Amino acid sequence: MADIQYAAPKTLDEAVALMAGANGKGRILAGGTDLLVQMRSGMQSPGLIVDVKKIGEMTTIAEEGGGFRVGAAVSGMQCYEHAKLKKAWPGVVEAINLIGSKQIQGRASPGGNLCNASPAGDSVPAMVAAGATVTIQGPKGRRETPVEQVAAGPGKTTLGLGEIVVSFKLPARPAGSSDAYLRLIPRTEMDIAVVGLGVSLTLDKSGTCTAARVGLGAVAPTVLLVEDAAKALVGSKLDDKALEAAAAACRKACKPIDDKRGTIVYRTKIAGVLLKRAAAIAAERAKGN
Amino acid sequence: MTAHKYKWVGTRQNRPDGADKVTGRARFGADFNMPGQLVGKVLRSPHAHAVIKSIDISAAAKLPGVKAVITGQDFPEQPNQSMSAGEMLVNLRDVTRNIMAREKALYDGHPVAAVAAVSESIAREALGLIKVDYQVLPHVIDVDAAMKDDAPVLHDHLFTTGVEPKPTKPSNIASRIAFTKGKVEDGFAKAEVVVEEVYHTAPVHQGYIEPHATLASAAEDGQVQLWSTTQGHFQVRGFCSKLLNLETSQIRVTATEIGGGFGGKTVVYLEPVAIRLSQKTGKPVKMVMSREEVFRASGPTSGGRVDVKIGAMKDGTIVAADCTVALQAGAFPGSPVGPACMTSWACYDVENIRVIGYDVVSNRPKVAAYRAPGAPISAWGVESALDALALKLGMDPIELRLKNAAKIGTKTHYGPTFNTIGFVETLLAAKNSPHYKTPVKPGYSRGVAAGFWFNIGHDSSAAAHVGEDGTVTIISGNPDIGGSRASLALMAAEELGVDYSKVRPVVADTASIGFNFVTGGSRVTFATGLAVVNAVKNLITELKSRAAKIWEVEVDAVVWEDGMAKPSSSNVGKHEPLSLAKIAAMAGKTGGPINGHAQLNAQGAGPGFGVHLVDLKVDQDTGIVTIDRYTAAQDVGTAIHPSYVEGQLQGGAVQGIGWALNEEYIYNKQGKLDNPGFLDYRMPVASDLPMIETILVEVPNPGHPYGVRGVGEVPIVPPMAAIGNAIARGTGVRMVDLPMSPPRLSLALDAARPKAAAE
Amino acid sequence: MSKIHVTTTINGESTEFLCETQQTMLDVLRDNLGLTGSKEGCGSGDCGACTIIADGRMICSCLMLGAEAEGKRIETIEGLAQGEKLHPLQQKFIEMAALQCGICTPGFLVASKALLDRNPNPTETEVRYWLAGNLCRCTGYDKIIRAVMDVAAEMRK
Repeated sequence: MADIQYAAPKTLDEAVALMAGANGKGRILAGGTDLLVQMRSGMQSPGLIVDVKKIGEMTTIAEEGGGFRVGAAVSGMQCYEHAKLKKAWPGVVEAINLIGSKQIQGRASPGGNLCNASPAGDSVPAMVAAGATVTIQGPKGRRETPVEQVAAGPGKTTLGLGEIVVSFKLPARPAGSSDAYLRLIPRTEMDIAVVGLGVSLTLDKSGTCTAARVGLGAVAPTVLLVEDAAKALVGSKLDDKALEAAAAACRKACKPIDDKRGTIVYRTKIAGVLLKRAAAIAAERAKGN
Repeated sequence: MTAHKYKWVGTRQNRPDGADKVTGRARFGADFNMPGQLVGKVLRSPHAHAVIKSIDISAAAKLPGVKAVITGQDFPEQPNQSMSAGEMLVNLRDVTRNIMAREKALYDGHPVAAVAAVSESIAREALGLIKVDYQVLPHVIDVDAAMKDDAPVLHDHLFTTGVEPKPTKPSNIASRIAFTKGKVEDGFAKAEVVVEEVYHTAPVHQGYIEPHATLASAAEDGQVQLWSTTQGHFQVRGFCSKLLNLETSQIRVTATEIGGGFGGKTVVYLEPVAIRLSQKTGKPVKMVMSREEVFRASGPTSGGRVDVKIGAMKDGTIVAADCTVALQAGAFPGSPVGPACMTSWACYDVENIRVIGYDVVSNRPKVAAYRAPGAPISAWGVESALDALALKLGMDPIELRLKNAAKIGTKTHYGPTFNTIGFVETLLAAKNSPHYKTPVKPGYSRGVAAGFWFNIGHDSSAAAHVGEDGTVTIISGNPDIGGSRASLALMAAEELGVDYSKVRPVVADTASIGFNFVTGGSRVTFATGLAVVNAVKNLITELKSRAAKIWEVEVDAVVWEDGMAKPSSSNVGKHEPLSLAKIAAMAGKTGGPINGHAQLNAQGAGPGFGVHLVDLKVDQDTGIVTIDRYTAAQDVGTAIHPSYVEGQLQGGAVQGIGWALNEEYIYNKQGKLDNPGFLDYRMPVASDLPMIETILVEVPNPGHPYGVRGVGEVPIVPPMAAIGNAIARGTGVRMVDLPMSPPRLSLALDAARPKAAAE
Repeated sequence: MSKIHVTTTINGESTEFLCETQQTMLDVLRDNLGLTGSKEGCGSGDCGACTIIADGRMICSCLMLGAEAEGKRIETIEGLAQGEKLHPLQQKFIEMAALQCGICTPGFLVASKALLDRNPNPTETEVRYWLAGNLCRCTGYDKIIRAVMDVAAEMRK
C-alpha cells in the first residue's frame, strides 16, 4: 500500500499549498467523521491528509459585523457551547448538533459536513436557510460564495484544486428573527436524515413574516433553496393557509429517490410536514427575540 | 418472593467478573494476541449467487509478507450428516461450504478464500490479488419468491422432504413439517367468529456489539490451541474436529469473554479457517470480522411468512387454530421453522390445531439461532391475530388469553403435556400490574401480547474444588453471556451454606472440565446450575466423610449445616462443628485433596411464558412510533439473581422492539446487502426507549432443586405483536408486515384515510 | 513505510508511540499500547464502544487518527479507576447490574463520566440523549440509565 502522508500546518497558506501540490490526492481532516469512515470502507484513498485544526481562523467562532464568523473546522460541541451563537442562530446550532452522536459532535464540523456533500448532511439546510456565505481560500486567493453553491452533487463540490473552505459567515439580522432545523429520522438519534429542513425567518411586531428562507435537504442531489416556500410565508402571519402553501411548495420542489432510508412518496410528504413544524418553531423563537 | 426462602439465592450480589469488566481488563475475543501472530483475512463473494469456476491464488501467494492462501480445497470433504449446534441442527456437508465455498457462492459475503499475512494491510492487499472467475446466476432472497416454481434453485441435490409424492425436481423448499391435534376442519365448522390473515417478517440480525474473533495456534505435532469468542467452546471444538479431521482431544479451546451472542455465536465461521491457516504457516493466526463482515456473512435469523387462521365461539373459546410458517434458512437448509411451529400455539389449550412449516433456502447467509429461534416470527402472526379476534369479540385481550390459557396437564400440539407452568399466573400479574391498571393516556394506545419458549436442558459438567484455606472454586464450562457466573456461585453458596464471597466460579477451557453444551436455549442457570448443585452435593458427601474420619464416627452420624460438618445428634458425642477451612487443613491426613464433581444430561427443563404490555403514540403525519411505557411480565421459576433476570427481560424486550420498528436487512437488486452497518441497520438507542418495567412471577420449576426455569429467550417473543396490537388499537390500522418503520406505517395510515392524504 | 512519532498524555502518563498515518487512535491504543479496554464494535463511529475523552471532549477513538494525539490529553477506560479504587460509576454499574456481556461497558463508562463532568444534574432524557451514541444489545439500557442517575445524585451530595 502506498504511504499516506500526514501534515498539520499552522497556517492557511501552508494548507493551501499542500492541497494544491497533492495532485488531487489531498484530503482535509477536520473532525474526520466522514474521511476516516470512507478511508476504512475504501471509498477514499488519500495520498496526503491535511489536518487543519491548528489553523486559528478555521477553528474559532467570533462575532463579526452583527453576525457571526464560524470557522469551518470547529466542532458541533464548540458551536453548542457558544452561548451567543446559540441564541442568535438556534437552528444552525441544532442542525450541526444533530450530526451523529455526542461523540461525533465532539469532532464533526460544519465545513466537513458541507464539503462531504451528502444530500442529507444535517447542517446544510440550516446554513442555506440562514443565508450563510462561505469564505474559500485557494492558490488563486480568497473568495466568498453562498453556501448553497458549494455542493455540486452527491460527494462532489464546486471547489477547485487546492481550495479550502475557511469559515462561514452568518449575517446580521433584525430583531424578531430566528431559525429552526428539523429532520425526520426513524429512531430518535444516530440516523441520517430522511428529510431535513431549515427555516429562517423574521417577524415584525404584528407577527407578520417579513423575511424567510427555506433550505430542504435529503430530497435532491443537493440541498434546495425553496424560494416558493419562502414567498408563501412572507407577508403572512404563518396561518394555516400560508403554511400549507409553503408546505406544498416544498413538496413540489422535492426530487427524492427511493433508497434504504426512505421512499419518494414518504420523503415528499414529510417535506411538507417538516416545513409546517419548523416554521412554527422558528416563529416561536422569533417572537422571543 | 424468593429472597425470603433462601440466604443467597434471590439476592443481588456483585458479579464475580465485575471489576474486570468495568475497568477494561476483561479480555474479549479480539483482545488476545500471541507473539509472532499473523493476521488472517477472508475474501468474500460480491455476488449473491454464482458458480465459482476457478480461483487463482498465485499472485496473492507471491506477495511479500503473505504466508498462506487457502480455499475450499484445503478442507476435507464432509458427509451429508447432521449435528446439533445449540438449538438448531446443522449439516456438516453444508457447514464446510458455509465457512469456505466450493462449487458455488451462495450469498453476498460468502467466503471463497483466506490469507494469512504479517500485517492487516498486506493481508488486504493479498485479497485484492486473488482472481476468482464467477459465473453470476440469478438470485432469490424473499421466502415467497424462493418458494415459487420458477425461482432460481440453489442446490441441485435438494428435494423437498415431507411431501407426497416424492418430488423429482430440486427445489428451494428443503422440507415440509406438520403438527396436528384434533381436526381443525371440525373446529372451523362450528366456529362463530373467524380471523384470517397473512403476516410477514423481515430478516434481522442478533446485533451483538462484538464482532466474531478468534486466535488459532497449531503446533507441528498436530495439537491446536484456539481462543474464540463463542457461546460454546465445546461446540467449537466439535465443529473444528469434524471440519478438519482432528481428534477432539487435540484441540484445546478457551472461550474468551463474549460481547453478546444471542444464538449467533453457537456456530463457527473463522475458527476452522484460522486453524487451517495456522497449520499451513506454523504461526498463530488471529482473525477478527469487521462489522460489515458480521452483517454480510454471519448468520442472522430468518425472514418469514405466517398464515394464521383462528376460529372461536362468541364467548372467546378458541375452537380451531391453524397456521403455516415459511422461514428463510439462508444458503443452506436449517431454519428454525421447527421451533416456530412448535411454539406458535403453545400458550393456548385448543382442541383443534394444525401447524405446517416450510424450510426454504435463499441467497443470504445461513441463518443461525437468534434468541428463541423462530418463536418471535410465528408469535408475530398468532398474537396479532388473537388481538384482532379480541377486538372482534369485544373482549379484553388478557381475558381472551386467560380463557384459553395452557395449564398443567394441557397437551401441546407438538407432543408434550405441560407439567407445572406459570402462564395463568403471568397473565394475572400483567392484568393486576400498575401499568395495566393505569388508564391509557389520551393520544396513546395499549397493546398486549404473550409468548412462549421451551427452554432446554442438555449436557453439563461441573466440579467443586476446596482450597487449602477452605475457599471453594466452582468450575464449569459455559461462557458467561449474561451474568451466569454469579447465579452459579449463588446456588453453590446456598447449597454449601457458606458466604458467597468464599465461592469463586470459573469458566474452564475444553481440556479442564468435562463436556458442556452451549450457553444457549436458556439452559445455563438450569442445567449447569444443576450440575453445580450436584457437584457441591458430591463435595459435601466427601466433606462429611472427612469429618467422620476426624471424629472417628460413622459417616451417617455427620450432617452438613450452615457450611459446617456437625454431629447428627448428641448421641454421636461432643464434637465441635468443623468448617471448610478446618477440614481442608487436615485434608492430607484424611485422604488427600477434597473435590466434588457432577455431570448430567439435564431433564425437566421448565418452559417459560411471557406477557408484555406497551403504551405508545403514533405520529399520524410521520408514522413515528414513540414508546411511552413498557412492562414485561414472565414466569421465571426462581429468580436466582433477580437483577440479571430483570436484565434478560429488558434486553429481550428491546431486541423485540427493534425487530418490530426498524430492524431489517435491505438488499439491492443484485442481492447485495445495502445496510451492513449500525448506521442503517437500526437497533434501538437509549433515547428511543423508556424504562422497561419487569414483573418476575415465580412459579418454581419442580424439575430443579432451586426451581429454576430458563428466562433468557421468552422476552423476545411477545414485543412485536404487542407493538403491532397497540398501533392497531390506536390507529385502526393493523400492520401485518415487519418492520413497522415510519415510511411503511405512514403509507398504511395514509391508505386508510385517502381523503386526508390528498391534502 | 515511514511512521509518525507521537508524544501525548494517556491517563495522566506521558506516552510516546510510532504509528502509520492511517492508524486510528483506537488501533494505536489496542495494537501499539496494549490498552485493549476500548473496543471496536463497528469502526465507523456508530456504536460508541471505542469512546475516549480527548482534551475534555468525548469522541469515538475510531474516528481520530493516532497522529492527532500529539500534545493531547487522552483519557481511556483504563484511567477511570484510581489505583485499587473504582470510580463511583464503575462501582454502581456492578451493583446495579448495568452490564451483562460487558463489551459496551467501557464505552458507556467513559461517556457517562464525560456527561457528569459537564452536567452533574442530568434528567433521564438528557442522560438518554447523551448516551444515544453508545449501543447496548444486552440490557435494553434501563439499568445503565438508572446507574448513571444514581451516581449523579450521590456525587451531588
